[in-house]
Amino acid sequence: MSDARPDFGKLACPVPITTGPTVQMAHGGGGRMSKALTDRLFLPAFRNDALAALHDGATLARPAGRIAFTTDTYVVRPLFFPGGDIGSLAVHGTVNDLAMCGARPLALSAGYLLEEGFPLADLERVVASMRDAALRAGVPIVTGDTKVVDRGKGDGVYLNTAGVGVIPEGIEIAPTRARPGDRILLSGSIALHGIAILSVREGLAFESAIESDSAALHDLVAAVLAAGGAGVHVLRDPTRGGVSSATNEIALSAGVGMVLDERAIPVREDVRGACEIMGLDPLYVANEGKAIAIVAPEVADAVLAALRGHPLGREAAIVGEVTPGPAGRVTIRSRVGGTRLLDMMSGEQLPRIC
Amino acid sequence: MRHVDEYRDEAAATRLLEALRRRVTRPWTIMEICGGQTHTLIQAGIDQMLPDAITLVHGPGCPVCVTPVEMIDRAVTLARRSDVILTSFGDMLRVPGTFGDLLGAKAAGGDVRMVYSPLDALALARRHPDRQVVFFAVGFETTAPANAMAAWRAKQEGVANFSLLCSHVLVPPAMEAILDDPEQRVQAFLAAGHVCTVMGYHEYEPLAARHRLPIVVTGFEPVDLLQGIALAVDALEDGRVGVENQYRRVVTREGNRPAQALLAEVFEVRDRAWRGIGILPRSGYGLAPAYADLDAERRFDVASVTAVEPAECIAGEVLRGRKKPHACPAFGTRCTPEHPLGAPMVSAEGACAAYHRYGRGPGGTPT
Repeated sequence: MSDARPDFGKLACPVPITTGPTVQMAHGGGGRMSKALTDRLFLPAFRNDALAALHDGATLARPAGRIAFTTDTYVVRPLFFPGGDIGSLAVHGTVNDLAMCGARPLALSAGYLLEEGFPLADLERVVASMRDAALRAGVPIVTGDTKVVDRGKGDGVYLNTAGVGVIPEGIEIAPTRARPGDRILLSGSIALHGIAILSVREGLAFESAIESDSAALHDLVAAVLAAGGAGVHVLRDPTRGGVSSATNEIALSAGVGMVLDERAIPVREDVRGACEIMGLDPLYVANEGKAIAIVAPEVADAVLAALRGHPLGREAAIVGEVTPGPAGRVTIRSRVGGTRLLDMMSGEQLPRIC
Repeated sequence: MRHVDEYRDEAAATRLLEALRRRVTRPWTIMEICGGQTHTLIQAGIDQMLPDAITLVHGPGCPVCVTPVEMIDRAVTLARRSDVILTSFGDMLRVPGTFGDLLGAKAAGGDVRMVYSPLDALALARRHPDRQVVFFAVGFETTAPANAMAAWRAKQEGVANFSLLCSHVLVPPAMEAILDDPEQRVQAFLAAGHVCTVMGYHEYEPLAARHRLPIVVTGFEPVDLLQGIALAVDALEDGRVGVENQYRRVVTREGNRPAQALLAEVFEVRDRAWRGIGILPRSGYGLAPAYADLDAERRFDVASVTAVEPAECIAGEVLRGRKKPHACPAFGTRCTPEHPLGAPMVSAEGACAAYHRYGRGPGGTPT
């Protein structure tokens, strides 16, 4: 596939994308410069038949099964962070939203909102990263849009991706389906993405860089579904708000309670250290490459084995159980054996004074 | 993780709890001073695992909680000025003042920035010589040295556009105020380990002698707290008074002398208003005369901003250990982390926030 990748070094000649090294208003104006940007940057990067038609929308063949459809907008700062960037994140995030519906992702869209003056070199990096992430995931970007806003009206680049996928027959994944007795599985160690972002944003240098876990999880989910089948009731990627928000939302939707075991929840040593320093609870910190699976007890071991057999799920663990209630109440057994409520985050997690 | 895991060990906690159950013969009331300790106790569920005879009451050691409303109002007033960048630690941002909090001032166009260190605020001042950078310097003796260092450096380097809105408070005067309260029921204190890391514990010795009670300098991990409680109960059962040190891996009797010297250079001890408690004599720091030009209250003339505390908030009762958070009629109803009436519902160290977040309330105990 590597021969399909464009050589960004040749983009400046013979007809330049631009008259300068930065994004200009005309790049979103629909004229020659818009076309140059599309022809020389986006099309070669995302090259596929559906996109090459340059129609107002992509036309796709529809396989059997129900359609899943999702959208998400990415405003991450900084744009480039350890373990990823806004381009790869926008692919992974939307692929994962589809995967958490039990869907096999079919195609993505890419909407670029650029700020006048944004360096074209950075845009090329973002596009290349998006291309690589889509190629790795095997999910094509089939339609897109570019708009430019005046300098000062944006923040460099915002990205929107929407995605469609197909849910195989017999698979019914929904947060309402968590049942008392179900086991709660977590695909790996938590809080990597949030800590990676915070450590660069706040200029905190740790001994070793903590990298975001940003990854496409549809392949992992396929393994989970193959192992657990109809016994897989709920899938959720614990992004913003972390494991606490994800579990609380599911418990509310399903009208059930949950009991988690803090000692069973995998947290890497360096992440724990960073959380200690910043006064953050890893259960509230964002993930971009982890899944929570809530499954019937009889398939829990098989699903755990399937997770651990996948490169993205080696540290998977059973971390808790669904209880009859009270509805929406998630409690956690602490490391020293006490019990506390695991509440949903209110507002942002703010670092404390001392 | 070294220095952490051994203090979160379930087997060690279980052994300490069993020993406590054997040792305790009468009811005892112990106050943990620091809000960080309160949170550990509730987060780990220690309050529910202790023998019934031991009652923990939560103390005033939450810097956000004891900051008076008028200081929040002064900070908001400064944040609204177009020439000011107001910098603050994170958990001050959501504390409600009379006309909103600092996040509200930011949303309304104020330049409010969260920093992890006062030295970051100073660096911001160097980068923006055309703006006035104000650091909202709150906290107990724990945070005071870093804030003093920022002031000292600013003076050394002549950073003219940097100033501090200073609301520093001190632990021993607050303990005195609690013990002088005729309604008080505290029989022993767990002193705040981090404060003692800076100040040592010699200043608690006369306090323990005068009021004839045990004070145990205690750390912040679950096993630290159980050890601190065990030492306090041991002293109470034996009738011992005086200061003991559970947090020996960090705290010495003398404390951090260079930090104390810096504090003496930059700050002077002053009367301070405490939220819900009132003015306590010689209970906080203000900038010393030699550093008066770094005082944001003077530079921007906001010292005249005063405020009335919300009547419904019982922060003062909670901070003095007279009432538990869920004894407040507004707890969890008209006062929540999203819509707090008072600071103890906001801060990561606030007792009300701990009770709310971890599900402690009348009939709301996790099972």
